[in-house]
This record gives sequence, C-alpha cells and structure tokens, in this order.
Amino acid sequence: MKFNFSDKVMQTIIYCLLIVLAFLTFYPFWNSLVISFNTGSDTSTGGITFWPRSFTLENYEIVFKEKRIFNAYLVTIARTVIGTLVSMFFTALFAYGLSKKGIVFKKGYMIICIVTMYFSGGLIPYFVLVYNLNLYNTFTFLIIHGLVNVYNMIIFRTFFQELPDGLEESARIDGCSNFGVFFRIVLPISGPVVATLALFTAVGLWNDWFTPAVFISNQDLIPLQTLLVQIVNAGQTATLIANLNTYAASAVQNSVTVKALQMATMMVATLPILFVYPFLQKYFVKGALVGSLKE
Amino acid sequence: MILPSLAFIIVFSYIPMWGVLIAFKEYNLFTGFGASPWVGFDHFRMFFDSPEFWNIMRNTLAISLLKLLIGFPAPIFLALMLNEVRNMAFKRIVQTVTYIPHFISWVVVSGLVFSMLAVDNGPVNGVMQKFSLIENPINWLSVPEYFWGILVSVGVWKEIGFGSIVYMAAIAGINPELYEAAAMDGANRFKQIFLITIPSISPVIIIFLILGVGNILNAGFEDIILMTKNLSNGIVMPYAEVIDTYVYQMGINNQRYSYATAAGLFKSIISVMLLFIANGIARRLGKASLW
Repeated sequence: MKFNFSDKVMQTIIYCLLIVLAFLTFYPFWNSLVISFNTGSDTSTGGITFWPRSFTLENYEIVFKEKRIFNAYLVTIARTVIGTLVSMFFTALFAYGLSKKGIVFKKGYMIICIVTMYFSGGLIPYFVLVYNLNLYNTFTFLIIHGLVNVYNMIIFRTFFQELPDGLEESARIDGCSNFGVFFRIVLPISGPVVATLALFTAVGLWNDWFTPAVFISNQDLIPLQTLLVQIVNAGQTATLIANLNTYAASAVQNSVTVKALQMATMMVATLPILFVYPFLQKYFVKGALVGSLKE
Repeated sequence: MILPSLAFIIVFSYIPMWGVLIAFKEYNLFTGFGASPWVGFDHFRMFFDSPEFWNIMRNTLAISLLKLLIGFPAPIFLALMLNEVRNMAFKRIVQTVTYIPHFISWVVVSGLVFSMLAVDNGPVNGVMQKFSLIENPINWLSVPEYFWGILVSVGVWKEIGFGSIVYMAAIAGINPELYEAAAMDGANRFKQIFLITIPSISPVIIIFLILGVGNILNAGFEDIILMTKNLSNGIVMPYAEVIDTYVYQMGINNQRYSYATAAGLFKSIISVMLLFIANGIARRLGKASLW
C-alpha cells in the first residue's frame, strides 16, 4: 500500500495514541503489583512508580496466612469450579433439547426464555423469592444463581443446530440413547464453544461480589471478591486490623501497611485470570463474535 | 432434557416477575405475600414525590447519556485506529492489553481507581503536580462534581478494548477491493475511513446503539456502589445516586421492599419503552433493527 504525507502523519498520531492507551491500561495493574511487592512502610514514603524499591514477599505471606482470606479463596475456587460445570451442563442440555426438530411448543419455549432477557422482577422480588425458598445464606445458592444463562443457551443452540444430522443418526443406530448422543457425540465436538462460554461463566463467577454481598451473611461463605470489598473499603488501619486476625495485627507493627495488604489481596484475586487469559484469548475473541451476532 | 432448566427459569425468573406485584402492596417479609394489604399506586406516588426523585432522575439520565455519548463511540474509534496499524505484533500487544480490564472485577478496578487517585502518593496527583497543573493534591473522589467524569472515564477504560472486538470483526469483513478502488481514485487513508470503513460497519453500529438506548436507565450499579463505598462515602451521593443504587439502598439496606420494587418497576417500564422507540426509529431509517 502506498502512503502519502498525510497518511504518514495520521499513522504517527495513531501509533502514539495507541501507545498511550496501552500504557494507561497497563500501568494501574503494574503499579499495584509493584506496591504489593514493596515493604509497606517504604511505600508510604511515596515515589514508587515502576519498580519495587525494597522488595519483600511479606505482604503475600500475610495474605495467605490470614485465615479469612484463605477461606474466602477456597470458597471462590469451589464456587467457580462447581458453578461453571453445573451451569455449562444445564445450559448445554437445555440448548440441545431446544435445538432438536419436532419438539412440541418449541417456539413457545424460546419466547419464554427470551422474555427473561428483557424483563425481570428486579432485585427485591428476587431477594424475597430466595429468602422464601430458604436459599438465603447457603452455598447452594451461590452455585445455582445464574445456573441457566439464556444468552449462553442461545449461542449453544445455534451451534448445535448446525451440526450435521447424520452424525446423530449413526450414533443412534449404534444404540445410543438421547443422553448418550449428547455426552458422547455432541459435547466432545463442541469443544471451542464450551471453552469460550465456560471461560465467560467462570470469570463471571470468580468476579461476582454482589450476589454474595446481598444473599450471604455467614462470613465463612463469603468469597474473595466480597471480602475484598470490605478490605478495599476499610479506609482506616484500625478497621482492617480488627477485621484481620492476630497474625496480621502483629505484622502491621512491622512494616506492612493497609495499602500494601490491599494491593496484595487485589493481586491474589486477579492473577489467576491474568494467567489464563492470554491462552484463552483466541477462543474468546471468536466467542464474543458468536455472541454479538445473535443479538 | 429441557425440563430441569425450563423449570429453573420459571421459578427464578417468572416468579419474581409476578413478585413485582408487591409494588402495589404493603409487603413485609414476615407476614408474607398473601396477607399484605393492597395499597395501589401509593409507593409510586411516594417515589415521585420524594425529595430525592429529581436528583436521582438527573443523575441516572446524565450518567447514562454520558456513558452512551463517550463510552459508545470509544470502541469504534479504537477499532478504526487498530485497523490502520500495519505492524501485526504491535496490534496484538495493544489488543491484548486493552482487553484485560474487561476480565477484572469491579472490586479490583475500584481498588485501582482509589490507588491511582489517592491524595497521598497517588500517581495522578503526582504527575499533575510535576507538570504544575495543580499545586496541591486533589482528593478526586470526594468532590461531587468530578464523580460523573471519573465514573465515565473508568467505564471507558474498562470496556474499550473488549467492545472493539465486534467492530474489528465487522471491519475485517469489508471487501479489500473497495479500498483499492478508492486509493485508485486518489482517496487518502483518512478519506477511506470515512467513505468506506464507517459506512460498511454502520449496521453493526446501529444495532449496538439500539441496545445502548434500551439500557439508558441502567446508569450503572456495581461501579457506582463500589466507587462510592470508600471513606468519602456520603459526600458524592448527590451526584452518584441512580435508580438502581436507590432500589438497593431502600430495599436491601432499609427493608422497604414495596417502595424499592415500585422504583425498580418504574425503571423497567421506561427502559422497555425506550427500547421500542429506538428500534422503531432505526427501522424507519431503514438500516438495521433488532426485530
């Protein structure tokens, strides 16, 4: 392609803008990471920008030894893993059922689902329902909240509909039942779709702080993000120390500060995603497109 | 095969829809639904007459309009810019970096915001002082007038990269011969963007715009709650309270279930109306529509 002078000026401007944008996106994470590796008392003298000045792992030690944070981490992992599996299973099964030809009242089922994407009872009636079903304050609720995702269901269904019919027929001739076809044939060849939707579901569950904040009051069931809200918002050292257990309290007398702990906890809550994400990027770009085209 | 999930949807989506009736009742969690007396539109009237009503409406509309005005075109700009980049490695790096915030929870993002804007040793204050833009550090998050700006900027920061994926794909689908022909006719890159790229992706833009208009009363919830929950709490609320946060405050924190449901119902009705109006206009313009 040929470039004249004005094109070159435009190219330069665009490259500069993109560099600035990438920097602005990346820097807050980097800065927090650096602070989390710096001794707290040193950080509070200011001037930490790109590299830790006095490197330490102390902040992370405290975060992982702190019982509540560790427990919250386990809850988060359990919720994310179980929740994703269960949600994928029910959503895919539902989509598979609806993708079959000759289901009575099929259109009606679809309408029932799509309506829920635009109308909802809102927070309060939902809260009342959960309360009345005795699901308030249960781990079960953390799993089944958002069990069937209509949006994902539609993506699954579109994919299943495009599978060749012959594939199933041959499986049936070999004696597969409905469920056999689903588990042995359909799911294994749906790898990329399952991976993308599972990633989105898992990220959603991992990052969800609000559902537990409203529906869970038992501190032992609080996931990491919800606990993190309390830690990030604890503006004063006293509140935080009161929240943490004695180990942290004694450590604060050394060189650890609230800010250092906040940053370390934030990183602990974020790093798993940052690690998996580059590997999954090529899937989710496709997945995001499938999703948007079916609006 | 569809039964378990269908049952789930009916229980968890349709029963709450029926539950909006508590907006017309004097509901109490302990007396239950049937025993609560009907009160008609009392809660709606109370909401409209409440001293906060106009404030909340102003904030809701202002914040969501700002988000639409700035947050909506931002990913399109990014996609257009990325499309001009010829260096593939550079393009990949920028894309990878800008997608990241989409996957980070609002809790962490709000933590990053607090840290970046901090009064003592916050990088934003630091840089601005260095360039003598300000003399003393500003406590950004406790000035009500700044709240909208911060909220909208953070929203753009979080979603600009991920939002650009769709537009990038739309651009990738444009026939390259169009560009060659335009270049032949002497159009420079800038003209090509306006005469080919933008018109070619306009159906996608319109569909997303319609969806955005339907969302106009969803000014935000998680972001606002988390960014106002810090130490300077109450100060920015006159600029930060929107319908959704109000429903949460009243319903969950103050247990005024019926009142909060009425406010929430008011919002959904207006949203659906806006969605229909936007779609109608788009269809009249004859470009693209949702249905």
